[in-house]
Amino acid sequence: MNPDAVISAEQLRKNYGDVAAVDGISFEVPAGESFGLLGPNGAGKSTTMKMIGGVSQRTSGKLSIMGLDPDVNGPEVRAHLGVVPQQDNLDEELKVRENLIVYGRYFGLPLSYLRPKADELLEFAQLTDKAKSRVDALSGGMKRRLTIARSLINEPKILLLDEPTTGLDPQARHILWDRLFRLKEQGVTLILTTHYMDEAEQLCDRLIVVDKGRIMAEGSPASLIREHSTREVLELRFGSERNATIGAELQGVGERLETLPDRVLIYAEDGETALEQVSARGLHPLTSLVRRSSLEDVFLRLTGRSLVD
Amino acid sequence: MSEVAAGQGNTPGGPHSVTEAARQRKFGALYSRNVQAVVARGLMAAKSSTWLILVSGFFEPVLYLIAMGVGLGTIVGDVEGPGGQMISYAAYIAPALLAVSAMNGAVYDSTWNVFFKMNFAKLYQGMLYTSLGPLDVAMGEIFLALLRGLLYATGFTAVMGVMGLLTTFWAVLMIPASLLIAFGFASLGMGITSFMKTFQQMDWINFFMLPMFLFSATFYPLSVYPESIQWLIQAMPLWHGVELLRQISVGAFSPATGLHIGYYLVMIVVGVALTTGRLRKLFLK
Repeated sequence: MNPDAVISAEQLRKNYGDVAAVDGISFEVPAGESFGLLGPNGAGKSTTMKMIGGVSQRTSGKLSIMGLDPDVNGPEVRAHLGVVPQQDNLDEELKVRENLIVYGRYFGLPLSYLRPKADELLEFAQLTDKAKSRVDALSGGMKRRLTIARSLINEPKILLLDEPTTGLDPQARHILWDRLFRLKEQGVTLILTTHYMDEAEQLCDRLIVVDKGRIMAEGSPASLIREHSTREVLELRFGSERNATIGAELQGVGERLETLPDRVLIYAEDGETALEQVSARGLHPLTSLVRRSSLEDVFLRLTGRSLVD
Repeated sequence: MSEVAAGQGNTPGGPHSVTEAARQRKFGALYSRNVQAVVARGLMAAKSSTWLILVSGFFEPVLYLIAMGVGLGTIVGDVEGPGGQMISYAAYIAPALLAVSAMNGAVYDSTWNVFFKMNFAKLYQGMLYTSLGPLDVAMGEIFLALLRGLLYATGFTAVMGVMGLLTTFWAVLMIPASLLIAFGFASLGMGITSFMKTFQQMDWINFFMLPMFLFSATFYPLSVYPESIQWLIQAMPLWHGVELLRQISVGAFSPATGLHIGYYLVMIVVGVALTTGRLRKLFLK
């Protein structure tokens, strides 16, 4: 095992009854890295996060957080962590600033430390003027920022973020990304689940794509795109009825072809050249678009396009 | 991990040695020696809640004391107390109602409030994401319920004093004894509440509490029942509280006093263990 790893998982498994939510995954996260878990709903991301957070016991495998076993040393492991759960669980019976103070006391921190720290974190979360507000009066974005501020009260070494920006508007997301990036600069290890590919590309140094409890791919966003997709993608629309039939006529253009109900995707090193080849075959799409391959292409390729419920 | 990373803070203002110190504390697997943080949270939350709701449960036994003790007492006259001496009917039922008061305070907090925190406010889930263990949470919440029981019991004892129902020096012991009763109900109440998932199930608690209140030798002696019913009543927790306080109120003790105290000690141990186990099962599964 890598001695620099703050988290290491080996053949980590979690069964709920007969269903394996996490089916033998292994990974290591060195200190200071920003590490992402990507996957569709039900892939096992949240379960993995809960096991790391010491609030869910693994069925088998090895897991070590800061050299400790979360199943054996739950409170001690959690003392090193900051957790931003998928659903806000702020204390609605307390005011905004009280939420930070009380949460800090759960970690056994003294008030002399917590009072200035709470003010500092309110500043960080841009909530200073809301310090005395009721929590239920905050907007979704504010609650999210408060949850993140709260998770930092014990100056955690590792910050666990489970879908931190789900449900937020673009402005709120960008503010959050900025705050998270600052934390990363300060050396905090970030563990992040998301199904926003742009978020993963923005924030993650390295990520794993998880599906049905297994790791499908691992690497940096750029290397994953290199490995699992082409440099560019050509999107063609011929109209809903014709896409499927024309798809057959396009065989051989680009490296890979994908026919969807609403458009045809051609994966190619050079999209413009591919478009010329399409025209040369006498086919004229209603619209065409050449774009760079994104993590989303990789994700959909690895986890499929069918809907997961 | 390297020294540099270990020393790095992560928020503006840099690292604090105090957060390191908090991590160096001695932790158990289920316990972080930090019950006071849970209690402090409860008190802070109580500050913003309505006092009317907090004290509403207090009046029920007081009203019974006035209606039954003073009202009904005029036609009942004096009755035989635990030591064989004759006492007024009000003085007979007052300690029983004090036990009810302690029970009510503890049960309201440890059932309905806990039910809400567990299923809707997700409070315990949040707490257990920190370095708190399930035993810290259980003990803290039980202590809060117990505090409410103590508050009710002290208030009720004061009412008894005002009504001239405190006649012996021993009556001072009714406060710690009420605390014991509240502790028993709070710990078991929270443990049982952890199994409840719907409001309908919560109604079962009332369904159980009301007959226990009415029939635990609260208003008349146990001897009026046939023997089989007597056994049933004696198995219930409230009866032991009623008898304990009634004995203390006149300073008439017997070997049964120890039995009543023992009943509550067992109830406390079982309740705390059950609650801790349930919190662990529910939130650290």
